[in-house]
Amino acid sequence: MNLYQAFKTALMGLKANASRSILTILGIVIGIAAIIVVVAIGDSAQAMILGQIGGLGSKTINIEPGREPQGPSDMMEALYSDSLKERDVVALKNKANVPGLKDLTPNVIVPGSVSYQGETFRSMNFGSSSFLARVLDIHPIEGVFFGDEEIKQRASVAVIGSKVKEKLFGLSTAIGENIKIKNKNFRVIGVLPQKGQVSIINVDNVVIIPYSTAQKNLLGINYYHSIMTEAESEEIIAKTANDIKLTLRELHGITDPKKDDFRVMTQADMADRAKTITGVLTWLLVSVAAISLVVGGIGIMNIMFVSVTERTREIGLRKALGATDNNILTQFLLEAVLLTAAGGAIGILLGAGISYVATIILSQVVAMSWTFTFPVSAALIGIAVSTLVGLVFGLYPAYKAAHKNPIEALRYE
Amino acid sequence: MKPEQITQASSPPPIISVKNMEKVFEDGETKVNALNDISFDIPRGQFVAIMGPSGSGKSTLLHIIGLLDKQTSGSYLFDGKKVSDYSDDEIAHIRNEKLGFVFQSFNLLARATVLENVKLPLLYSDTKESLWDKMAIKAIEQVGLSHRANHATSKLSGGERQRVAIARALINNPQVIFADEPTGNLDSKSGQVIMEIFQKLNAEKKHTIILITHETYTAELAERTIHIRDGKIESDKLIRARREANNFIK
Repeated sequence: MNLYQAFKTALMGLKANASRSILTILGIVIGIAAIIVVVAIGDSAQAMILGQIGGLGSKTINIEPGREPQGPSDMMEALYSDSLKERDVVALKNKANVPGLKDLTPNVIVPGSVSYQGETFRSMNFGSSSFLARVLDIHPIEGVFFGDEEIKQRASVAVIGSKVKEKLFGLSTAIGENIKIKNKNFRVIGVLPQKGQVSIINVDNVVIIPYSTAQKNLLGINYYHSIMTEAESEEIIAKTANDIKLTLRELHGITDPKKDDFRVMTQADMADRAKTITGVLTWLLVSVAAISLVVGGIGIMNIMFVSVTERTREIGLRKALGATDNNILTQFLLEAVLLTAAGGAIGILLGAGISYVATIILSQVVAMSWTFTFPVSAALIGIAVSTLVGLVFGLYPAYKAAHKNPIEALRYE
Repeated sequence: MKPEQITQASSPPPIISVKNMEKVFEDGETKVNALNDISFDIPRGQFVAIMGPSGSGKSTLLHIIGLLDKQTSGSYLFDGKKVSDYSDDEIAHIRNEKLGFVFQSFNLLARATVLENVKLPLLYSDTKESLWDKMAIKAIEQVGLSHRANHATSKLSGGERQRVAIARALINNPQVIFADEPTGNLDSKSGQVIMEIFQKLNAEKKHTIILITHETYTAELAERTIHIRDGKIESDKLIRARREANNFIK
């Protein structure tokens, strides 16, 4: 019996119970499809996040207060951390401390909404400087961005995103009008072009005010939520990041780097972190989906046992006609493998279809450029795993079939 | 008269030679002696009927000499060679190439056609697949079912099904055909057709045929009958007045 004949025999066995065969492989189909969907969406989510991080410019180095989170309790600590202050900004600006640093801006986040004559919009309110506009590459289409003078004077001026303008002012002019943040008036001096998501910020929803105004006048705090810096060139990013760390440690009296009360993140670091997070999430979901493959495999094993019992006479006959134990083993093992491999192939097509549709829907819902990528590696792994499931779960029933005594098998009613 | 006495010294060794064969079935603590001290030779080309009431051990004997089972003690030479020297795979190949089986309940693949059923043994042989159809058609011809070759076996009558089973047994041109109550499930007319085929195969193609039956009038179509009772040979004799199958209907 050559391989082709073995395949034909196995196929004949499966065709004899076509509807049962189809139902049997459903578990595998669903398992593989779930894995493909998870990996495909995970991959495109990762691609999207990395693309956005890239939007920040590769020379950007971000400094955030608080320790690198080591566990759930550290998250709270990071949230309330107030380690970045005016003195840090002064020290970092000193070329003697950080020679590679080109420019920086402290950032303050002001939670809440913005309103104008009874219209309210939940905007993202940032206290920052014109440096942010340069890094994000956003320049007002109407009016101007505020400069250092406004920051020094803690001026109540604001630059607003296109959606903020549209929601509050509609078609009328926004420049020169007063909007309210936390019950304080801010004069609109600039309107940003429609730009969508850049890095972690949706530019269309922002209201940017001088960081000094946000810090002192609105929140009454003496620290910053982050400091965004830019290195002179890409080559010296690592060195500059290190200089920043050394400067802040000295200033904060920290000798043990493990006790840093700040985090310095380059774009590469942020990309790595995003990759880690999406990777962990993807694998978590994949392992959940993999459980359904095991369940599917047990289903295959169950049906193969039924099939072997049902065909006891056939097995006896084949043996009487000259089939060796190996011939029988091959036949039943091939049946199981054909089932699961077919299930895997269908699952891949189904999974690819679902993730394609999901990508379209998601990009509509979150209004982001979310592109579909067919996960080739996941598809190959899917085929391999489903075949393996057939081998593993088909082996025992096939072994049982192969070792049936031909007389017992022929007598079986 | 012992059968050995009638075989000539110059002839080739008997196709089947059994000496002091015993078969014990053990099921926990109970032991059943299914076969006791069985000895006989079957020369090539003989048509032998093994007779006995149910439970006499005749099926057990057929299973052992048909290489589907192994004896507990004693020796069995098939085609002059000790069967116990063969591996399981070699025995499977002997079954495939040298033996043909016909069962009381036909044992066909219900969903397959006549042609597919007859070709089944070739799947386990070394025969080239391009020859399969030709061989199967020839075998089907021998049992007179050429007009039914592409029918599903589930659509055939009992007699026709048994003829398919015979064609299947014939396809590898076996040295010995084992038939276990081949007419047991058939009406006497169909049974007669089956027995005619066996007689013809024995007479014209010189196939050795070993037939198990409990019907005396079927056994009388053979040239020799071995009676078994309680696992022992009760009698072993050549039939003087052998009958032709075509006039055995009552």
